[in-house]
Amino acid sequence: MVDSSTRVLVQGLTGREGSFHAARNRAYGTEVVAGVTPGKGGQAVDGVPVFDSVAAAVDATGANTSLVFVPAPAAADSISEAIDAGIALIITITEGIPVHDMLRLFHLLARAGTTMIGPNCPGVISPGKANVGIIPPQVFRPGNVGLVSRSGTLTYQIAYELTQRGLGQSTAVGIGGDPIVGLPFLDVLARFEADPETQAVVLVGEIGGDEEERAAAYVKAQMTKPLVAYIAGFTAPPGKQMGHAGAIISGASGTAQAKKAALEAAGIPVAIDPTRVAELVAEALAR
Amino acid sequence: MDLHEYQGKELFQRVGLRVPGGRIAHTPEDAERAAAELGGGRVVVKAQVLTGGRGKAGGVKVADGPQAARQEAAAILGMDIRGYMVHQVLVEEATPIARELYAAVVLDRGGKQTLAMLSAMGGMEVEKIALMDPRAMACVGVDPLFGWSDFHARRLAFDAGLGELAQPLGDVFARLYRIFTESEATLCEVNPLVVAEDGGLLVLDAKVSVDNNSLFRHPDIAAMRDVHSADPHEQMAFDRSLTYVKLDGEVGVLGNGAGLVMSTLDVVANAGGRPANFLDVGGGAKAEEIVAALEVITADPKVRSILFNIFGGITRCDEVARGVLAAVGQMGIALPIVVRLDGTNEHEGRAMLAAAGVPNIYVATTMPEAAHRAVDLAAATGA
Repeated sequence: MVDSSTRVLVQGLTGREGSFHAARNRAYGTEVVAGVTPGKGGQAVDGVPVFDSVAAAVDATGANTSLVFVPAPAAADSISEAIDAGIALIITITEGIPVHDMLRLFHLLARAGTTMIGPNCPGVISPGKANVGIIPPQVFRPGNVGLVSRSGTLTYQIAYELTQRGLGQSTAVGIGGDPIVGLPFLDVLARFEADPETQAVVLVGEIGGDEEERAAAYVKAQMTKPLVAYIAGFTAPPGKQMGHAGAIISGASGTAQAKKAALEAAGIPVAIDPTRVAELVAEALAR
Repeated sequence: MDLHEYQGKELFQRVGLRVPGGRIAHTPEDAERAAAELGGGRVVVKAQVLTGGRGKAGGVKVADGPQAARQEAAAILGMDIRGYMVHQVLVEEATPIARELYAAVVLDRGGKQTLAMLSAMGGMEVEKIALMDPRAMACVGVDPLFGWSDFHARRLAFDAGLGELAQPLGDVFARLYRIFTESEATLCEVNPLVVAEDGGLLVLDAKVSVDNNSLFRHPDIAAMRDVHSADPHEQMAFDRSLTYVKLDGEVGVLGNGAGLVMSTLDVVANAGGRPANFLDVGGGAKAEEIVAALEVITADPKVRSILFNIFGGITRCDEVARGVLAAVGQMGIALPIVVRLDGTNEHEGRAMLAAAGVPNIYVATTMPEAAHRAVDLAAATGA
């Protein structure tokens, strides 16, 4: 998903978050080629040229991936601009984008054939190759385990447990904690299934929605690689938003118990805690 | 954010949906005056609480005239309905009902669309309708880029066996869809939507939830937030911009990142304990942020021990350790605190905590170990 051919432009590069994380992504070896902040075209941040529009940045630098840090009120407009400029992959870190904006964007993305990770996500890392977003790379190692998650720190925790067991990662994708995200679980699973560098996959879900159930149905029908799952939120009360906008049990739907049951019915082991995830992956790879 | 019935009806009225005449009342005297202003005839006195089941709990009563309205309001105000105290009642003109329907427009997050729903079986809970006869609920998905069109309503009406009402239902749904999108709601439910004796359609109850993330665009709706019905601890956290959810146990939990904190609650439960709360301190490692979080947690008198679960990513564990020590020193907390640090600079962080020699700070390495420790300490403190 991200590698040495990834050429990143950062929407919101001149902000505090944007400049901090862009510098960290560059230090990891990621090609950060441009920034976009309307009105600041012609400036540079740590040597990266800033443009007034995404179209101008793409023309001048050949950027193919956009990393979005634009604050929530303006984020939908910035994402639309990236879609319009023909960006192939958009990674949106911004938290707090209104769900009606995401509802429209989801369909715009589908019609344009553009892939978006997020919003409200930590980004994507391919250890040893590229890091696009806010993921702390020091707890990741190159390897053959794919990781896909709705949560940031829980992803880092599980990656760290894998790394400590000598299990490196091919790619880790934080899909985001919002009710509607650009790339749901099952699309990421399909990419891992097709990826020759991935031998096993970890799925980290949480309460709310039915994306884990949809993923379980996909795995049962089409996935050949071993999968281990973890679900957070067994103790969450119904009707309460647990931090992430999407982490809410509505009525009787979206519970951790239902997700665990659906995954297990599809033959997928569900770990009781993050430490157990790494043990189950080691067992699956040894088979 | 959930709105009260009267607030939902206020939104519905803005787009021309018909609702019975009503007044909000905070005292029995208010209720009497309201009933008189509504003409002095038969009224319904309805508890305004953000939970379902108020009818069964005795929170909805018919009253014949202002005197009776006053008596019913006196009984309902102050009532506890499923843990929610009734602070206000809606006094509404009683409506002669010919027929009750169910109508709703909801965000279908799984289907990435808006879903409009209609049933001829109104007045009961939507789950019950689905249980009795799944075919009794007509549904139509609306593509957000396409928007609402009359055919959506026609399909709903005919599918629900209400073809004779297709015209007026089309009008109701067009307005309902409009207020759903304009107010950026996730739910606009009318149950029941009643066919009045004059044949018109009338909104008898309104359940509206709006997207918290869109409130910056809707200051009028944001102002509808009911601070009186919020849990006092949750209100305290809200005032400090902390993400906090009150639970019922004795182990106070804080950590960085929503997923990790949710996972920590589960690990506490696996260890045989009960979490007291969910609290995400975000990326914060500064003493003042940790102080704010610990103040909210320790304000809950049920808390017997505190579990601090941090994964160091960009925030380093040694910075977090420094923040925890400063915060605990500043506040003088006597409760046992289990601190579990993992990730970047974990060894330095743990060493700093150990070297500080604070007797009620316990250092743990793994999540299960930390949870067991916190649960044991809570039991010991409680005894």
